[in-house]
Parts: sequence; structure tokens; C-alpha cells
Amino acid sequence: MKFKLLYFASLRDRAGRDAEAVESQAADPRALYAEVDARHGLGLAPERLRVAVNGQFATWDRALADGDEVVFLPPVSGG
Amino acid sequence: MSGAFDLSDAPLDLAALAGALDSASAGACVTFEGRVRNHNEGKPVVRLAYQAYAALARAEGERIVAEAHERYAIEHAACVHRVGTLAIGDVAVWVGASAAHRDAAFAACRYVIDEIKRRVPIWKNEFYADGESGWLHPDGTPVDDGAAR
Repeated sequence: MKFKLLYFASLRDRAGRDAEAVESQAADPRALYAEVDARHGLGLAPERLRVAVNGQFATWDRALADGDEVVFLPPVSGG
Repeated sequence: MSGAFDLSDAPLDLAALAGALDSASAGACVTFEGRVRNHNEGKPVVRLAYQAYAALARAEGERIVAEAHERYAIEHAACVHRVGTLAIGDVAVWVGASAAHRDAAFAACRYVIDEIKRRVPIWKNEFYADGESGWLHPDGTPVDDGAAR
């Protein structure tokens, strides 16, 4: 399956890019994060992140589909 | 519901924002300005940069303003958050609420800023006087997984 990943804040710095297209067999965001963390060394444990799929907050065990946009969200610091 | 949330890459027009809260039946209008501070955790700060996941930030911000309307007897509420590079003293976030009476206006304003800081995907990069910079990822405690919403 192909996924579109967006990166923000420290994850963007670690990944060295703001987006990437990823080909993966990951069934859910948890497995996908393990793959990209292994590749980029993202530096944040999944317990500290939230995940969004196609622009909405999602759970880590949500089933992924081909073409999904997946975003791993570091702890927010707006305001 | 007249509430709205927006992101802006330009300085905020505070008078125009406050004008949108006007109502002949609103006896109270509370606004909050979050401004860029020249220090954090003991380190001198020279400027900030905010990054947002815009699509989700707008959706979650709108949801928060809608929740304020459900919880409090307000007439209007709105919030705008800056993105991009900001200087010391710049308004980074603005919240306003108007209501017939002050209790609801204060409470709604407080609710919106607290929830914005807690839930909306916006991140702050602080640039320090010593040339260092760093993304703030507060707490260190596990963040919730969104399953409750």
C-alpha cells in the first residue's frame, strides 16, 4: 500500500523532510510508525504521540487503506 | 453559531476581530491575547516560529469553539492563531467571547484558550539568545490516543 506521511516540528527536523510517500505493508499506524522511526530515528516514543489519518485524529490500531494520509503528531505547544 | 477558528500567517487585526463579537444584547465581552514572551524556563527568547497541521488544526479549533457555545451562554466566540515567525510582543493567539453576562464570557474565553493549547496541532519553536533553538513538546507524560473523541 502507498501512504502519504506529513511531518511536523521535531519529527520534521529528524526526518529531514515535511512529507514523503511511503510504500508499506503496515496494517495500522502503530506498525507504520515503527517502520519510519527505524528509518529516520524520530526520537519520540509512540506513547508521546497522537496519530491522524486523512485529517482526523485516529487510534493506533485503526486499519490503514491504500492512499491514506498519515500524520504522527508530537505533543502540541500552541498558544 | 457564529464561532470560528482560523490560522493566520500575518499580524492579527485585533480591532476587526473584536468587532465580530459585537451584539446589542451582549453586556460582556472578554478577549485574551497570548503574546510572545522574551523568556521561557529561564532562557532568553529572541523570537518564535509556529508550525501547524493546518487542516486538522482548523477542524479541531472549530470543534473547540462549538463546544464553548454548547457549554456557556455566549453569543459569539472566535479564535485566531498565528503561524510563521513572530517577534517578542507579537500576539500569537487571540480569543474572544461575548455574552449577555460576564461569567459566561470569561468562562468561554478560558475554555477556548485552554483547549486550544491542549488539543490543536500547532507547535512552537523557540529561538534563544545563545543561538540555540528547540521545538517545545511539553509534558513528558503520555498523550491520549484520541479514542475518546
